[in-house]
Parts: sequence; C-alpha cells; structure tokens
Amino acid sequence: MSTLFLAHTEADGTLAKAALEALAATIQLATALGTPFSVGLIGDNTGPAADSIAGCGAARFLAVTGTDFAQARYATDAAAAEALCRAAAATLVSVPATSRWNRVLPGVAHRLGGRADTHVTGLDAANGIPSISRWFYRQRMEAVLTRSTRPWLLALEGGIAPAWQGAAGSAAVEAVALTPPATRSHVVGFEAPAADQQTIRPDAEVLFVTGAGWTKKQADGQVKVAAAETLILDFLRLSRASLGSTKSLVDLGGEGQDILPFLSHLNQVGQTGSTPRHAKGLATCCHGEEPHTVGWRFIGERRAISLDANCGWARGKADVLYIADAFAVMAKVNALLV
Amino acid sequence: MYTIIVCGSLVPDPLQTLEPIAGPNGPALKNEMMLPSSLDPWAGHALYEAANLAAKHPGSKVWLVSLGPKAKLQQVMMTVAQKVPFELIALDGPAGGFTDAAETAAALAEAIGAIPGLDLANVLLFGGWESASRGAGATMQLVGERLGITEQFQGVDSLTIGTDGSLRILERVEGGKHQVSVCSAPPAVLGWATGNLPEPRNNPQVGMANMRGIMPALQKAKAAPVGTGDITFASVSLPKQTRATQVIKDQPPEQIAAELVAWIRG
Repeated sequence: MSTLFLAHTEADGTLAKAALEALAATIQLATALGTPFSVGLIGDNTGPAADSIAGCGAARFLAVTGTDFAQARYATDAAAAEALCRAAAATLVSVPATSRWNRVLPGVAHRLGGRADTHVTGLDAANGIPSISRWFYRQRMEAVLTRSTRPWLLALEGGIAPAWQGAAGSAAVEAVALTPPATRSHVVGFEAPAADQQTIRPDAEVLFVTGAGWTKKQADGQVKVAAAETLILDFLRLSRASLGSTKSLVDLGGEGQDILPFLSHLNQVGQTGSTPRHAKGLATCCHGEEPHTVGWRFIGERRAISLDANCGWARGKADVLYIADAFAVMAKVNALLV
Repeated sequence: MYTIIVCGSLVPDPLQTLEPIAGPNGPALKNEMMLPSSLDPWAGHALYEAANLAAKHPGSKVWLVSLGPKAKLQQVMMTVAQKVPFELIALDGPAGGFTDAAETAAALAEAIGAIPGLDLANVLLFGGWESASRGAGATMQLVGERLGITEQFQGVDSLTIGTDGSLRILERVEGGKHQVSVCSAPPAVLGWATGNLPEPRNNPQVGMANMRGIMPALQKAKAAPVGTGDITFASVSLPKQTRATQVIKDQPPEQIAAELVAWIRG
C-alpha cells in the first residue's frame, strides 16, 4: 500500500486549512495502515508550501510546478494529479475536498483505472484495509464502505481532523516533469460581493440561518421585509457570522415575492444547498422537517428562535429552542453586540 | 447551434422519510419502488438551463439521458415533459444512491455515444454537479472522460455565450465566490448547481409534444444493470444522534438576547 496526499497551493503559495486537515487525516490513516506516505503538490510555486509541512513525516515530496498549473482548471489539474499519482505509484490517494479537487478527482481516478469517493467524513483502517465514512441522500444516512479497486482516490471533507501543525523546514522536493496539456479554457477572475457585503464566511464561528418567516406577516398583520433586512445585516456585521438560508426563503426571489435582496442560492443550506461546518448555529424563523434540516448536520452547538414550539428545525435537532419573536430578540441581540 | 445533452435521473421526493435496508445487491431504501420520485433537483436546473440556451440558439437540440427504473421514469416524465422541450434517451436500471458512479457513467456514456449522427464538436454535456441521492459529484466528470471531453466545469451557476462563440462560465468556489472561466468553444462538460432560472411553468403543449417521443423512448429503453461495483458496504445507517432540545417559553426578549450574546461570545 502506497499512500499519496495531494494538495494545491493557494494564490499566496501557502496551503489552506482544509489541506492541513486532510494532511493530518492522511497521516493518521497511514499510521493505522503501517505504511509510509508521500506528498504531492501542484501550483505556481510549490517550494514554500512543501517547506511549511517538511516535518510531517512524508517519505517523499513530489511536485508539479509552473504557471500553467497555478489556475484551478480541469485539464491542467487532472494532468498534474495523474502525473503525481503515477510518479508515486500510489494505491491510496487523499486530497482535501476543495472545489478545485472535487472538480477533477473522479476524472483522475478514471485515467488511472481506479475509483474515487468524495465527501469523505471519516477514515479508518482494520487489518490493513482502509475504509471510509460518507453520507448519502444529502446527509440523511451515513455509510461505512471500502473498495477493492486501486488506486482509490478520496476527497476528505473539511473538519475531518484537526489541522496539521508541525515544524517547517526544508523539504527535498522531487520535480515531476509534465508538459501542460492542450486546453481551451482559462480562468479570468473571480466574482464575489464586495467584502463588506459578503455574507458567506466559511471560517466564521457562527452560522446564522434565516427562514421564510422573516418575510411573512408578523403579529400586527404587516410584512416587515425592510426591518428584517436591517436586523439580519446588522447582526452579521456585528457578530461576523456567516449567513445561511432555507430553500424556501431563497426561492421566494424566483417566485417574484418580496425578498431579502442579499440572499442567493449560495446561502442555501439543507437538502439542496450546502452543509457548512461551523462551531455554532442559530436558526431563526425556520420551519420544516428532516430534509430541510440537513444543513445542521455538521454544526456543533445549535440554538433556534421560533414561534412554533413544535418546529421541525429545532425539536431534537437544536440544543435550545426559544419560543419567541425573532424580530424582537434579534433587535435586542444587536443592541447588546454594539 | 448546440447539441445539449443533459444527464439526469430521479430521486425520492425530498419530503419522504428514507430508511436504509440491506438488499440482495447491496444497500437500498425501504419501499424504494413505492416512494414518489422527482427529477434530481440539480439535474433539473441543468435541464432548464439547457432549454433556455437552446431557445436562444436556433437549431440547437436538447437530449435528456436518464437512467432509472422504467416505470418510475415514466411517472416522473409525466411532469418533467411539461416543462421544456427535449428528446429522451431512457436507460432501464437502478437509480438509487448506492450504485457506483463509475458504472452509471459507463452506461450514460455508452448511450450518449450511440446518439445517431452525434458531432462531439458541438456538444455541451450538462448535468447536476451532484445528485440528491449518491451526492458524489463524480458522474459527470466520468462521462466526460469517457467521451474525451476535458474542458469541464462543476458547480456552474451561469453560462454566457460570447459573440465569438466562447463560453463564459461561473463556477462556485469557496467563500461564496464564483470562479470565472472562458472556454473558447465546445465541447465542454458543465455540472450545474442552481443556475439562475426559476422552474418553468407546466406547458401542456410542450408536454404533448414531448410525450410523442418519450413513450417510444421508454419502450425501447436498454437495460442498464448498474450496481455497487467494487464497493463493500460495512454499514448504512440513519444518524442516531437526537438532541435533547431544551424548549424555553415565556422568556422576555431581553433575557433571550443576553443568553444568546453570551453564547455567541463564549
């Protein structure tokens, strides 16, 4: 068994937290399997990243380096990953489940005659056989499985292990020569809301989930979308929380109803949205049953504010459910946070 | 003028309670054939985006390649057919989440490759970036590789065709951002996230036109007995952790707010 950990460098040449978490998980797996592991890096300048993890215990450091491999692009990333896997003769390959790796990993497995599994949330080994945990049906059931085909490529979800911490040093990096493949695509940039308007903050401590109740008639019979917008944005500004939303609230926009203008499908959590990872989650004005609450799956401590004591978002899923008017509570919360 | 091929299958209605069971060929869902189904949500977005693109480029054609139990496909198509114009290629096989993406991709690629007169140079291969069943985000890449298409994009929310015919594509990346790429020309694989289009209203005329092709396609659906491949499942279970929710009533907003702020800062 030969294990290879693959990572791409960030724009500043470093390794992301997700990569360091996946590295730590890979080290644990290799230790359990009693086998050595190697590191493979892809990027414009891989030296500093290799040096930053020089003390991780890898038997080899391999790299495909160059400006052609700086961009997150299928053709070049797949070719680089394939070359690294072949150079390492890897039978087990792990990567952090970034958008960049998720894009290419199955294709790389196909080229190598192997198989890929994504969204891996747990790794284990028994009798020299690795196994993984992953969720099916949008986080509604969890399976433990193994495969017989090698190489087996695994995309490890964030939070699978504490980020690797260790001594930097000077890594002896073996360059893997690769002629960039022909491609018709290039990355021209990124689009994102202005920094002060960005409501999705993956590194935030708290996820603030808004439900459709914010846009419904309130106790006085009035719809108060403008007040809701102010309360929510003020809370995000003061708390630096990340904003999630239920599908129903996001969908209102497509149905032409009065909406919270800063919400998009990128904010959506749950069955057809994301399942973000945050230490704490606060749900407000949400309702619904199990399929809608899978957005909570990887949230640590959970609290909810709802007028419905039987709210499906909260019963059995939140630690604390406050039966209260979220408009009134959040106004007081914001006042205290100032 | 594009040939837009959408890969999309069916999934259990999201409001259904799902329970795993051990079946003769691996894990399955309890009463799987009895569960009401719908078109996979992200595949649905891909289909609507495909139809929108085809409408803007006269001469383009949309194919929907769908692998699932024939009877359930027929049931789902009764609804989907009323949304947008397409021609169906049906494959009769399991659509459950525990089947292997590699086997599913092989069956889909074979069916696509058999489309009469297919010119890959004009192909845009669409699908959902993940399914709501297996949720692997792997099938589209594998189909693309099998067809030799190495311009691939995942988590796509927008496709714009330039005056020079280039494709400007927005893909979801970390931190609520979109990566913007330009691909000079087809063929390309686009695994769609949500896109920007609402679900089209039912149009009975579109439905009648589609059904003229759908029923024959279902009748001649080839068997695609995909399975779990080389996977050995040690267990499949529902999450057991249920939290002992503390329900707090009749507490003034000031007190709740103070508790919440202490918790947030704690």
